[in-house]
Amino acid sequence: MGETTNKVSSLNPPSGGRGATLFEKIWEKHVVKTIEDGPSVLYIDKHFIHEVTSPQAFAGLNKRGIKVFRPQQVVATADHNVPTINQHLPIKEELSRVQVETLKKNCAEHGIDLYGLGHPYQGIVHVIGPELGITQPGMTIVCGDSHTSTHGAFGNIAFGIGTSEVEMVLATQCLMQSKPMLMRINIEGKLNTGVLSKDIVLYILSKITASGATGYAVEFAGSAIRSLSMEARMTICNMSIEMGARCGMIAPDTTTIEYIKGRRFAPEGEAWNEKLKYWKTLYSDKDAVFDREIDIRAEDIEPMITYGTNPGMGIGVGGHVPSLNEIDEREKPSFEKSLAYMGWQPGTNIKGKKVDYVFIGSCTNSRIEDLRMVASFVKGKHKANDVEVWVVPGSKQVEKQAIEEGIDKIFEEAGFMLRQPGCSACLGMNEDKIPAGKYCISTSNRNFEGRQGPNARTMLASPLTAALAAITGKVGDIREYYRESELVNN
Amino acid sequence: MKKGINIIRSTAVPLNIENVDTDQIIPARFLKATNREGFGKNLFRDWRYENDDESKPKKDFPLNNPVYKGKILVAAKNFGCGSSREHAAWAIKDAGFDVVVSSFFADIFKNNSLNNFLLPVTVSEKFLQKIFSVFDSNPSEELEVNLTSQTIKIISSGETESFDITHYKKTCLLNGYDDIDYLLSSKEDITKYELENKF
Repeated sequence: MGETTNKVSSLNPPSGGRGATLFEKIWEKHVVKTIEDGPSVLYIDKHFIHEVTSPQAFAGLNKRGIKVFRPQQVVATADHNVPTINQHLPIKEELSRVQVETLKKNCAEHGIDLYGLGHPYQGIVHVIGPELGITQPGMTIVCGDSHTSTHGAFGNIAFGIGTSEVEMVLATQCLMQSKPMLMRINIEGKLNTGVLSKDIVLYILSKITASGATGYAVEFAGSAIRSLSMEARMTICNMSIEMGARCGMIAPDTTTIEYIKGRRFAPEGEAWNEKLKYWKTLYSDKDAVFDREIDIRAEDIEPMITYGTNPGMGIGVGGHVPSLNEIDEREKPSFEKSLAYMGWQPGTNIKGKKVDYVFIGSCTNSRIEDLRMVASFVKGKHKANDVEVWVVPGSKQVEKQAIEEGIDKIFEEAGFMLRQPGCSACLGMNEDKIPAGKYCISTSNRNFEGRQGPNARTMLASPLTAALAAITGKVGDIREYYRESELVNN
Repeated sequence: MKKGINIIRSTAVPLNIENVDTDQIIPARFLKATNREGFGKNLFRDWRYENDDESKPKKDFPLNNPVYKGKILVAAKNFGCGSSREHAAWAIKDAGFDVVVSSFFADIFKNNSLNNFLLPVTVSEKFLQKIFSVFDSNPSEELEVNLTSQTIKIISSGETESFDITHYKKTCLLNGYDDIDYLLSSKEDITKYELENKF
């Protein structure tokens, strides 16, 4: 990994003789006004909302006696708190039901489109935005959810906000924002066999840590990024928040444009041509300056897995947990706490460790491409006896497509349980929890203590590494099992 | 308009753990409410109790240690990372804290705190370690945070460090102004922007 730090602050406007970054081009276009020595009023194009972080915002509006300012720019779905079986039945748990019903009531009162339970577009908010063509290049997008960074894969500024900010956007379609510093992470070269985009982002995290990009907007660039599908790009931008980044983004190209074309809410006819003209201006100029640049060789990236309790604690699957003498003195207490939680010793090998649960889902890896990849690997195989495997599609549309392609049958024959769309065991808000003390390989984004249930132990990995663990019941190296001819380069 | 904040002098609760994420501050299963109140009792729920059992507090956790109390929470690097849940800021405020001190805050948590008049004070790693060691030897030590002068002081030794905050946010916090008040007063500019940008 190479690194350059520039002392030229991004606070200087790009007009001073240097080119603009992708971020700056979009940012400047959305500034309504700027307060001296303070934040800017930033206009927001699209606002996604869900049941968990919006009720208090609507309550705030009602208290002030004001209506949603631009309801046609708000899209709602129910995802965090919904069951993933028997979605046609009323939600059993009262608090969850009330929250979902409150969203329904608020959307009806304020004229907001809701893709709630039972709707053919329902799903995880960061899966449905892109698949419906709502997410487009050059936009500003927010949602009361940190993984809003996912949308940045289309070349836009997309970031998570708190509930007070949800209220601000509902009330004015704007936010008070200070311009972040700018970072570019360049990944050049060809990815190794069995290495997916999830491995790329876990690798970056293992190098720069869970706070390595705090205060920065991060652009991912380079030939390895360009070679990725939109689904794979979304996985990387999704986890940019795990580095602390304000947002993650990738410049739009033909892959982006092809993906959007023809989707439900994609522009059509003359409007499409107009948008294309704008989208083609969205890249960082050759002489653009970043506050920090990091260079990574794609060949250095291995299939990754996490061993600790934050997403920066990752290693190649063949590697070992750091020994105590590899850890900085000040970081030792946190490191030891983390390993005690996981039930492991410093220096231990992860490969071969027993796995109890496999969770394939979440806004990181629950798209059709993820399900296809898992299916192509498990076809004709059966899960290990003592492993429970949950596959939770990201949306009703992903679920429908999986059934149309026969993927559901492959999972059924493999002993995998295909559930209904939602956030599910990524955060265990509904009943999909990993029991205390059990080990779960998860394609989600956070291995925090208790994230998947009190005292549940999470290892983050790619869908392929998760699929392999489902079959063998242990952590393994996909490269040893996956024939090169079968490789679908994610 | 809310109640502004300025000088907070108090004992503190030290939490010397790095990368404290908002799932620890308030676990997801407590996010099912539709109001903003009452999150304080579940602050750090799974670090405070064995097996989610309130009758079994973990004695070594600082919030359970009767020698530590006060309006200031002192935490190690990268506090508030992870989920954007504002419930984390609500829980800390509801538990009686007005200030969180750390050497590094996660972005979204910092904004959420400011929006709830919970003051995030960023100090140098050196000063943070000094605070931790002072509280190790004297749990009843006091800190004074002065927003007007943008300083934090360890009372017994008088050691002081200044902290950054934008002029705009400082004015808001001192006077009890919310961002939303400012945005609502900017509606004319926002509508003009929309017209010029073809919305």
